[in-house]
Amino acid sequence: MASSTTMEFEKPIAELERQIDELKKTAGKRQLSVSDEIAPLERKLDALRAEVYKNLTPLQRVQVARNNKRPFTLDYIQLAFTDFIELHGDRLYAEDAAIVGGWARLDGETVMVIGHQRGRDTKENLKRNFGMPHPEGYRKALRLMKLAEKFHVPVLTFIDTPGAWAGLGAEERGQSEAIARNLFEMSRLEVPIIATVIGEGGSGGALALGVADRVLMLENAVYSVITVEGCAAILWKDGKSPEMKERAASALRITAQDLLELGVIDEIIPEPVGGAHSNREAAAQAVHEALVRTLDDLRRYKPDKLVRRRREKYLAMGQFAE
Amino acid sequence: MAWFRKERKPRQPRREKLEIPADAWEKCEACGHTDLREKFVRNLNVCPQCDYHRRIRAADYVNILIDENSWEELDVDLKSVDPLGFPEYPQRLKKAIANAGDGDAIMSVAGTLGGMPVSLGVMDFAFMGGSMGSVVGEKIARLGQRSLERKYPLVIVCASGGARMQEGVLSLMQMAKTSALLAQLAERRVPYVSILTNPTTGGVSASFAMLGDAILAEPGAVIGFAGPRVIKQTIGQDLPEGFQTAEFLLDRGMLDAVVHRRDLKSTVGQLLRHMSGQPAASGWTSP
Ligand SMILES: [Zn+2]
Repeated sequence: MASSTTMEFEKPIAELERQIDELKKTAGKRQLSVSDEIAPLERKLDALRAEVYKNLTPLQRVQVARNNKRPFTLDYIQLAFTDFIELHGDRLYAEDAAIVGGWARLDGETVMVIGHQRGRDTKENLKRNFGMPHPEGYRKALRLMKLAEKFHVPVLTFIDTPGAWAGLGAEERGQSEAIARNLFEMSRLEVPIIATVIGEGGSGGALALGVADRVLMLENAVYSVITVEGCAAILWKDGKSPEMKERAASALRITAQDLLELGVIDEIIPEPVGGAHSNREAAAQAVHEALVRTLDDLRRYKPDKLVRRRREKYLAMGQFAE
Repeated sequence: MAWFRKERKPRQPRREKLEIPADAWEKCEACGHTDLREKFVRNLNVCPQCDYHRRIRAADYVNILIDENSWEELDVDLKSVDPLGFPEYPQRLKKAIANAGDGDAIMSVAGTLGGMPVSLGVMDFAFMGGSMGSVVGEKIARLGQRSLERKYPLVIVCASGGARMQEGVLSLMQMAKTSALLAQLAERRVPYVSILTNPTTGGVSASFAMLGDAILAEPGAVIGFAGPRVIKQTIGQDLPEGFQTAEFLLDRGMLDAVVHRRDLKSTVGQLLRHMSGQPAASGWTSP
């Protein structure tokens, strides 16, 4: 689950950042100019970040995707949208804070934004259940999608969840039905849908917000049918050791590049050097640019054509021999 | 059978039983009742003692649901490939084919049910735990397409532990694929009945299993999004008695009915007649 400690492979970066900070502090205290010393260090830092992030293994990407310094749905809403007003509740049972949604504007135009919401600290994660929704979360999401459809407003979703919650209440209130209903209704919603995987796309709990005309994915996000831990535990009876998790992460083909090659996503949104968490504003800007451009492209389709194309896309998914 | 091994004392079987070959006997997994296999089979593999619905194969459900000599199997040539180059997947497939046949985890059938033409899909748990990969998704999509074109009702018998991990995110997408097809079926008002058997969990339960115009389940079947073991792990305590059984789901409003195996055909037939504007089957009279 989410970790706030520095990721192992980022330690050299953190160390260099610390050195630069210290130098700046010392200089500030003594009112000295150290820009000559700092400039090469900052160049070195950029190069180091680029180097580390160029060579991330699939398992390291999982760690980046889950990192809780990474921008979450509400961060993107704040940075890439305006005029947001959150809507709550499924009108059936409860409000589920693991999914947030509401009206917002993208470049001035009204859209419906819906996404999984993780928490940065324990208190917030308690409220948001680590971004793992109950059925009422999915039913709220569907209610908002139908509301958007009613007013001919596009739906933009953000995917960022380890998976749907596996607990007593979730089962009792029909987790399966809630997810299935979203897949069914999203396949025929008569407004444009764009889904963006911003962190971890965990199985059916992610897909329940992910049936879309276009699926975008951040460079370091992952999307999988099962967690790497779960996969390693089933295959090699070891879901804990880094070696087995790495094997599972490679075998499952869960990186943005893998998914593009498999035809499951349409576009990779590049992240700033050092990952989205190293520069949230730049990440949000890249997301904003991709959403505006994609939405512009989708506007040329009439509703019936949009739905037909979306269906054809999903009906063509899969690989088999005949 | 175990009790014929030498190191164990035989359980003093009654005299006449000894004269029947050992492999003619079977034991109920639930209550331990031992009976002639033939008797189990005649009872549709429901225990005569405790009514436990034993797991049966896809072809058995075809015989239970479809009129005799009315059917043919469809899409027999669809075969799983290894799209990800997943470790040992080709070997696992080979083993599954050797053990369970080459129809993958679902059998597609065109036939009649109580005289009505239907498209029937029956999942086969014996093939890699009934896991849904690209072939299962495609077979369901084609069955649905057939139903769409001919306006024949669709019936699916579910038995699955979930998505097929070895096909990665492509197996996840089969949930969207089958659901998209069912949405089309719904818009054209073609009836769809879903029958849940033991177990129906994961990606199958969170897609076509729960989207029936009527959802039926066999008694005692375990049905849920997460499997009982996963939930137990998550919440760190034992699950309440009967949690996630068909009866539990019925009580929580998630199913239309729990139906005994011997009544499946007549129940599905009755539902389909209502939903496709056909008169009641012969034998039904007004009270
Ligand atoms: Zn029994």
